[in-house]
Amino acid sequence: MGYRYELRFSGSGGQGMITAGIIIAEAAAIYDGKKAVQSQSYGPESRGGASRAEVIISDEDVDYPKATSIDAMLALTQEACTRYSKDIKKDGVLLIDSDEVKKIPTGEFKIYSFPIISTARDVMGKEIVANIISLGLITEITRIVSHEAIEKAVLARVPAAFLDLNKKALHMGFEKGATLSPI
Amino acid sequence: MANQKKRFMQGNEACTEGAFYAGCRFYAGYPITPSTEVMEICGTRLPKVGGVFIQMEDEIASICAIVGASLGGLKAMTATSGPGFSLMQEGLGFACMTEVPCVIVNVMRSGPSTGFPTGPSQSDVMQAKWGTHGDHPAIVLSPASVEEIFHETVRAFNLSEIYRTPVILLYDEIIGHMREAITIPEPGAVEVINRVAPNCPPNEYKPYDNKLGDIAPLASYGDGYRFHVTGLYHAADGFPTNNTKMIEDAARRLLRKVDDNKERIWKNEEYFLDDAEIGIFAYGVSARSAKFAVRELRKKGIKAGLLRPITIWPFPDAAVEEMSKRVKAIIVPEMNLGQIVYEVERAAKGRCDVKGIFRVDTEPIRPIQIMDCITGAVLALSEAKNGAKPPVSTMTEMMVERDMIDG
Repeated sequence: MGYRYELRFSGSGGQGMITAGIIIAEAAAIYDGKKAVQSQSYGPESRGGASRAEVIISDEDVDYPKATSIDAMLALTQEACTRYSKDIKKDGVLLIDSDEVKKIPTGEFKIYSFPIISTARDVMGKEIVANIISLGLITEITRIVSHEAIEKAVLARVPAAFLDLNKKALHMGFEKGATLSPI
Repeated sequence: MANQKKRFMQGNEACTEGAFYAGCRFYAGYPITPSTEVMEICGTRLPKVGGVFIQMEDEIASICAIVGASLGGLKAMTATSGPGFSLMQEGLGFACMTEVPCVIVNVMRSGPSTGFPTGPSQSDVMQAKWGTHGDHPAIVLSPASVEEIFHETVRAFNLSEIYRTPVILLYDEIIGHMREAITIPEPGAVEVINRVAPNCPPNEYKPYDNKLGDIAPLASYGDGYRFHVTGLYHAADGFPTNNTKMIEDAARRLLRKVDDNKERIWKNEEYFLDDAEIGIFAYGVSARSAKFAVRELRKKGIKAGLLRPITIWPFPDAAVEEMSKRVKAIIVPEMNLGQIVYEVERAAKGRCDVKGIFRVDTEPIRPIQIMDCITGAVLALSEAKNGAKPPVSTMTEMMVERDMIDG
């Protein structure tokens, strides 16, 4: 029987949560040779409003495309964390932005906290790479896709002018992820 | 397949790939969530292959434009969602009546009216059959994966060319926006069918001459053939008639085109159905949920199985009839308040219980809901066997536990 690994990326519209979902799914399906499905849920706004992307990774065909019992979840906003963290499974992973999420949910899952958005803005110089830093962190913490696959997938999806920036952001995520332990 | 590499793409993108593969060279439409990607990609890519893309003033104009383009000899498509599909009904009937091949994509969102634009739904499944007035043929395909959208789009064009009738591709927002890996087949690997052109001189051509069969060859405007096209009942030459015999013959022939060929048009997937005691009839994203439920129930020793219609109209009566003879109950999960479940009940003819699971809060039907419903049905059946209780009544709507999400 195959495995089923469920990821949820959540934040507000415009934070690149759907892009992050696409990239990690592509890393799994195209570069790691696994099966993956990415789906999304969003409001009518193009900016703001709660946004979430879900990715199911497996070694066999994925039937139900939405999360049922989440292995790993990212929350970049308090609203997303509060609304979407209830489906995380026992011993699952929740990664939160430490500046944004102050009301930390309780549950039998591991919570990792990192100032993702402020690192993107203040260290990398572009808030927009918060989702790529997140991908580095999630990859390092969960190892659900290989580092090579996620790097190829990131570089294949981002605009040519920003390859270096995104590569740096991803590697920042890898490095910081290696130093994090559950709170 | 050397140069065809595996790509990760959205259902709506796979629809355009299928259309281009089938030779679609004309798109007219009006953008609407959740179908807009189909239009955007056609707008970018069609002009590069010598095709035509037009953004029309509305959906009424869009369907009229594709009918006109098809009469001009091009394979033509439009894509929309519920509100636009409602506007297209008159044009759809016109295409049925005038027997003009074309493909209409409806990516279902929550309705009625403008409803909830970004929320998925399966509530246009009866409209796809009965939306336009009068008896008319309907071919409606309901793919459930990115790869299947590609193949069913090609098949939609093929069926439309073979039977000279509009074909509707019907899928929900989740299937349309979901991304999966797909390898687009090499040209020639999947059959592409083109319409039969007349082989008589233009002055002898009659666009509805059915002496040789129910489907007459279709000439293209611009190739020297002049003919009349009208939504009124018409004679073989295309001009209106009030001959009662001709009207009846034409009405019956329109339906016969699909009815006599339904074995060729039907397409189903069966999943663990051979020895199933409880059957599920589900399409689109609900079928994916059902597959998950079947797998989990089998682990618990419950013999559940799935019949998934890929052609949803003409309705797969024969497959449902066959299933109803073997199972004790059929569960029909759909993202509406009860539509195709009545067709299943009709085809099952009382041979087994038929029970719907309906959901309209813009979240998909979860596997657990189907599992709970089936576990309940199994329990009720065993109690009935022991004389404890009468069997579960048909058509009981499952009370849906609201998701924790947004709850």
